[in-house]
Amino acid sequence: MKRANFSNPWMPLLFLLPQLSIIAIFFYYPAVQAMQSSFYLEDPFGFGSTFVGLRNYVETLLSDQYRKAAIFTVVFTFLVSFFSLSISLLLAYKADKVLRGGSTYKTLLMWVYAVAPPVAGLLGVMYFDQSFGLFTYFVADFGWDFKLGVDYYDTATAMVVVAVWKQVPVNFIFFLSGLQSIPKSINEAALIDNNSGFSRFWTITFPLLAPTAFFLLIINITYALFDTFGIIDMLVKAVPANNPMTLVYKVYLDGFRGNDLGGSSAQSVLLMILVLILTVFQFRLIERRIHYT
Amino acid sequence: MKFKNIAAAAAIAWGSVASAAAYAETEITWWHAMGGQLGETVNQIAADFNASQNDYKITPVYKGGYEETLTAGIASFRAGEQPNILQVFDAGAATVIAAKGAVLPVQDLLNENGGNFDINDYIAGVRYFYADANGKMIGMPFNSSTPVLYYNEEALKKAGVTAPKTWEEFETKTGPALKAAGYVPLSQSHLPWIFTENFFSRHDLQFASDNNGYDSTNVEIKVNHPAIKDHFTALKKWKDEGIFGFYGASWGDNQKPFAEGKVAMWLGSSGSFGGLLQTAEFPFSSAMLPYWEKVTKSPKQTFIGGAALFAMSGKSDAENKATAEFFKYLTSATAQYDWHKATGYVPITEAAYELAKKDGHYDRFPAAETGIKQLSLPAGEWTKGYRMGFYVQIRDVMNREYGRILSGEADAEEAFKNIEEEANKLLSRFADTTS
Repeated sequence: MKRANFSNPWMPLLFLLPQLSIIAIFFYYPAVQAMQSSFYLEDPFGFGSTFVGLRNYVETLLSDQYRKAAIFTVVFTFLVSFFSLSISLLLAYKADKVLRGGSTYKTLLMWVYAVAPPVAGLLGVMYFDQSFGLFTYFVADFGWDFKLGVDYYDTATAMVVVAVWKQVPVNFIFFLSGLQSIPKSINEAALIDNNSGFSRFWTITFPLLAPTAFFLLIINITYALFDTFGIIDMLVKAVPANNPMTLVYKVYLDGFRGNDLGGSSAQSVLLMILVLILTVFQFRLIERRIHYT
Repeated sequence: MKFKNIAAAAAIAWGSVASAAAYAETEITWWHAMGGQLGETVNQIAADFNASQNDYKITPVYKGGYEETLTAGIASFRAGEQPNILQVFDAGAATVIAAKGAVLPVQDLLNENGGNFDINDYIAGVRYFYADANGKMIGMPFNSSTPVLYYNEEALKKAGVTAPKTWEEFETKTGPALKAAGYVPLSQSHLPWIFTENFFSRHDLQFASDNNGYDSTNVEIKVNHPAIKDHFTALKKWKDEGIFGFYGASWGDNQKPFAEGKVAMWLGSSGSFGGLLQTAEFPFSSAMLPYWEKVTKSPKQTFIGGAALFAMSGKSDAENKATAEFFKYLTSATAQYDWHKATGYVPITEAAYELAKKDGHYDRFPAAETGIKQLSLPAGEWTKGYRMGFYVQIRDVMNREYGRILSGEADAEEAFKNIEEEANKLLSRFADTTS
């Protein structure tokens, strides 16, 4: 890479300023505010607040509901990441092989990418609703009385399905470009050595896709943790009740529905710590073992 | 030359803006949570008020559901951009009233602006729900409703029964007969509101310490009561027997099967009346909320639900005067009667109720009178209302635990113990936010 030289040392800083100020205003300032208010119990209207030390953290971590939401979040994140990655990998691998009408096929698969999470949630409601859902009608014939918003596991199923559906196109695009960047000659050489498509995939293609897959794994985990909020809110119709909920949704409920700013801030700080751990994990532990070409 | 023209144009434009401002009406905004048919009625009220005089102009803005509207109001207040009028629902009242200085008490506002406020103009059931500990009215009980039992007249005729007065009657007679006639006999749309808060007022049981929470913020909930535990045990039994249908915690999911004719009786809000008139394709009527005869022989009035209008502080005197004028208009007998007719929310003043009676509204729609009759029943010691902070979250806890009871995950004993513990924890947190 060519090294750029600036005669004035302030010049690079000037160019960086827009980006830095955006980060400062929209990321660091709210983060610091959240940290600060997590140590207070505050009147929602902002007339007064009481310093309560670590009380918000202690009450959050000791709460059964928080633990329940945390367990659901882990399961949910695992299922969403696993299914959206494996389904999209399969689709991309097959799409890569399609010769005729390939671009139409690929475009159709990418289409869903444009759907916003709340819209995806709304489509999910239409599909899973207990009185007019297509899926509900369909499974009723098999004796499954699917009850979105009543049965915990039915609601969780709907959340996972919609979240996976929404994420498959993103992964598909990345996997497809990853597959296309694998040199043809390698595949052809492998074809001479091994006739089994299945084992060629696992010994040649998959390892070469590892950097893409790893990047997508991190993207999918963050997606399941933080971006599925709109889907969940739509599927539970804004009434949390006895429905499964993720930690991010709980931050919203306690802070914006319940107006408990202190408790909600403490929960967001805990999530920030989680993201920090995830990032360290990403760079320290896994990136070393993966070879980028 | 060009510049001169632009400058001249700007000067003329500025002049016209300035002169328009000099004669302009005082503009105020009203954030509300009334969607659908109710929202159209709200817009009509605002348009009528604007047309009725030339000095003030009100703009209603729909802000989403009750919870979202409250949150939007709080956020705007903190940013100094609050509306003049904010609609706050029953469960959010404690938050707004505890924040001393966030709102102007409606009683003071009207008195300062020549409104001659007299709390006795209002019907008994709505007077003190949004009042402070001393009985001063803080919020104007705009859309006041109360839970009533709607029933499909065809279904009841087919089953050969009448609307049940007591839960004993429902359990032994109405429920089984309706089930035999091919209906799901009963559903309801709001377990915390209908089967908890109003369960306590209907049976005249204490709901919270410190005068149901009016006298202090150091309050403890008294929800863990044997009578209500029995009620939820019965509900679970009814659900298993097929005489009670539970379609989740959202309001619409439970109203829909009634409007579709699958469910024969539905417990909803008296304010649902106008909407049902449009959606239900069968003759329906309404009856009062049933009670347990084994708990009380003389059932009392219920709490009002719905929401109140709060005048937010930090506005100019001119705008506050406009707000007061709008409140005067809104509480006038004709405006109240129109609102009552279109929606089913109860008329909040005696004068409006008299007008509705005189106009023959209840001869045409007997079902429209159930709510106000129920609110005019004899008051008991614990029927004035309740005041608890973080109550939105407490309702969420209730909804969660009730879901667990009805799915068989927990029994009433365990569920109510959880509600009591978590609610008291929330109440003590709330007490610390205001100290």
